[in-house]
Amino acid sequence: MNAFLEALLIATVIITVLMTVTAWALWFERKFAARMQSRLGPTMVGKSGLLQPVADLLKLLQKEDILTTHADGLLFNLAPVLAAGAAIGAAAVVPFAPNIVGANLDLGVLFLLAIGAVTVLPVFAAGWGSNNKFALLGGMRAIAQSISYEVPLLLAALVPVILAGSMNLGEIVEYQSKHGWFFAWPFFLGIPAFVLFLLAMLAEANRIPFDIPEAESELVAGVTTEYTGMKFALFYMAEYVHTLVASAVAAALFLGGWDGPFAPGLHWMVAKTLALFVGVYWVRWTLLRFRSDQLMRIAWYFLVPTGVALVAGTAVWVVWRS
Amino acid sequence: MPIDRYDPEAELMLLHFGPQHPSTHGVFRMDLYLDGEIVVKAEPQVGYLHRAVEKLCERLSYSQITPIVDKNDYVAPMTNEQAVNMAFEKLLGLEVPRRARWMRSVFAELQRIASHLLWLGTFAMDLGGALGGGSTVFLHSFRERESILDLFEEVTGARFHYNTHTIGGNRHDLPAGWAAKVKAALAIISARIPEYEAMTLDNKIFLDRTRGVGVLDAELALDLGITGPLLRACGVDHDLRRDAPFHAYDEVKVNVAVAQGGDCLARTIVRLAELRESIRLVLAMVDGIPEEGGINSGKPIKLPVSIKVPAGQAYVALETPRGELGTYLIADGTHQPYRLKIRPPSLHALSALPYILPGVTISDAVAILGSLDPIMGEVDR
Repeated sequence: MNAFLEALLIATVIITVLMTVTAWALWFERKFAARMQSRLGPTMVGKSGLLQPVADLLKLLQKEDILTTHADGLLFNLAPVLAAGAAIGAAAVVPFAPNIVGANLDLGVLFLLAIGAVTVLPVFAAGWGSNNKFALLGGMRAIAQSISYEVPLLLAALVPVILAGSMNLGEIVEYQSKHGWFFAWPFFLGIPAFVLFLLAMLAEANRIPFDIPEAESELVAGVTTEYTGMKFALFYMAEYVHTLVASAVAAALFLGGWDGPFAPGLHWMVAKTLALFVGVYWVRWTLLRFRSDQLMRIAWYFLVPTGVALVAGTAVWVVWRS
Repeated sequence: MPIDRYDPEAELMLLHFGPQHPSTHGVFRMDLYLDGEIVVKAEPQVGYLHRAVEKLCERLSYSQITPIVDKNDYVAPMTNEQAVNMAFEKLLGLEVPRRARWMRSVFAELQRIASHLLWLGTFAMDLGGALGGGSTVFLHSFRERESILDLFEEVTGARFHYNTHTIGGNRHDLPAGWAAKVKAALAIISARIPEYEAMTLDNKIFLDRTRGVGVLDAELALDLGITGPLLRACGVDHDLRRDAPFHAYDEVKVNVAVAQGGDCLARTIVRLAELRESIRLVLAMVDGIPEEGGINSGKPIKLPVSIKVPAGQAYVALETPRGELGTYLIADGTHQPYRLKIRPPSLHALSALPYILPGVTISDAVAILGSLDPIMGEVDR
């Protein structure tokens, strides 16, 4: 019973911290984008608009909950919950510091990729259940994109896995604190693998330039077109948590996780995660969007062959060196 | 992957694209028949913004029409005002003072800069999303457009619906020191044009999304009556400012920008070149506005009914940022027009959609629609 309570406590802490960080990451993104666009961003609620996330949440809570005619109620209502659950679930295996990890799985990387694959199901459920053609098209695009970009994501993640000889994220970080971060690996493995992982991560998290499933200038709001109030908020939150967790995973796989001098491990992990997170938004507010067929071409003609070559190269290098 | 194969037997999905849609530039609707994501058939539906402007004009006296047509092309109101007033002047046989003609030219070119900047922003938003890189381009170009609206505000008191042209000339004279402000504003804009070119023409994603997309054949464009930057992007060297000069264009040389290809990229190239050319023209003209002579040749209008246009017909065409804006006036000798027909360039641009949309994806359909620069206010009138 004690172990159960302990797990519950850790889970509650992680979820609370994730949600809070997400809410203010949203504020930070709005300020960041505003600076890029020579605007001010939120200024009215609290000092420098710092309470804007609270105001947004209160507004969304008051919104009417609308179910479209002939919508599939079960799928429609289940989708946002599943989306948020899957996004948060991925955080379970991320090691924030040597001892701060929700579940120290030996197959952590596999678990992450599996969860990543599951996140497309609620998106398609929402697209199908909404009884809206824009949502359906968004769901179709989401499936095509998710299947295509799973592959390079997995291949890129395999490079540190093979180097460290473990699928446990903690052990991968340990390996990096002994042998250096991605740029200290053989140059033909580390840097390409990191770039490949970042690209596939952007696509997995539906961020520009790969945000075609919700492409608001084409599909209105994609799968979330018919969602209102808190159900929409759950989708929105899931998206941000997904990006945040993906940044944390990238930090653990390639940037040495909690490894770093002068400061406690947790500080380094948080700093690296937030730096990657800001990088994602920098890209988002800078680039335009690809077309869906261009997206598929990039994945299958370029990213997947690169990933296969990287994995093969890593394997050869590990065998040759030993 | 060429998108040229579709199964005509397949069951098609009908998607009502608009009138409430973020990318239809107002209230435009396309009925898209989709096979997967590929458009098989497109039917443009216009009329959601119909305000019966032409009919309204038949019940207004000539001097009251200017503020009404301001609302037609709400991105370039200056040129709308000029078009109707030029038609009235033609039938009245009024000679517009040289100073007023030069002012009209400067206004038209400034309006072209503002309009093309707005187009650039909205087009990028079609490609990049309102929550992404597209909106960054949009807000930057909007910032520049703002400085031009400030210049207009200084002259007319209004930022948008100016009502500054009147029969026989202009209503508002230029305030002191206006030319210096114009030069200062344009210096900032022309310094930033390389940034816009870097954001678009040097941008791999932008090139991928526009090159070869929405190719409009020059012959088809001519058949459909498409004019302006769209026609020049097809390689047809046609610009009314040079070919049928109005205002002060007979005294200055206009370099017409022409691009080949007829795709979205060519349209972007033409419009960016016109942006530079318009800045050059304004800088060349703003110092040359003659000081002598009034700004209006007509008598002050005491009563709306006091202007009676002699019976007859007149057609006036001028080059707006979107192409040939025609005004066809039939007067019956009273103080109201018998018929005032407006030929909006955007309507003709939209008529190309059923020809160029089949075979492209929804994403490209949005890009193509944005590249046509339709203004629904003048399409539906």
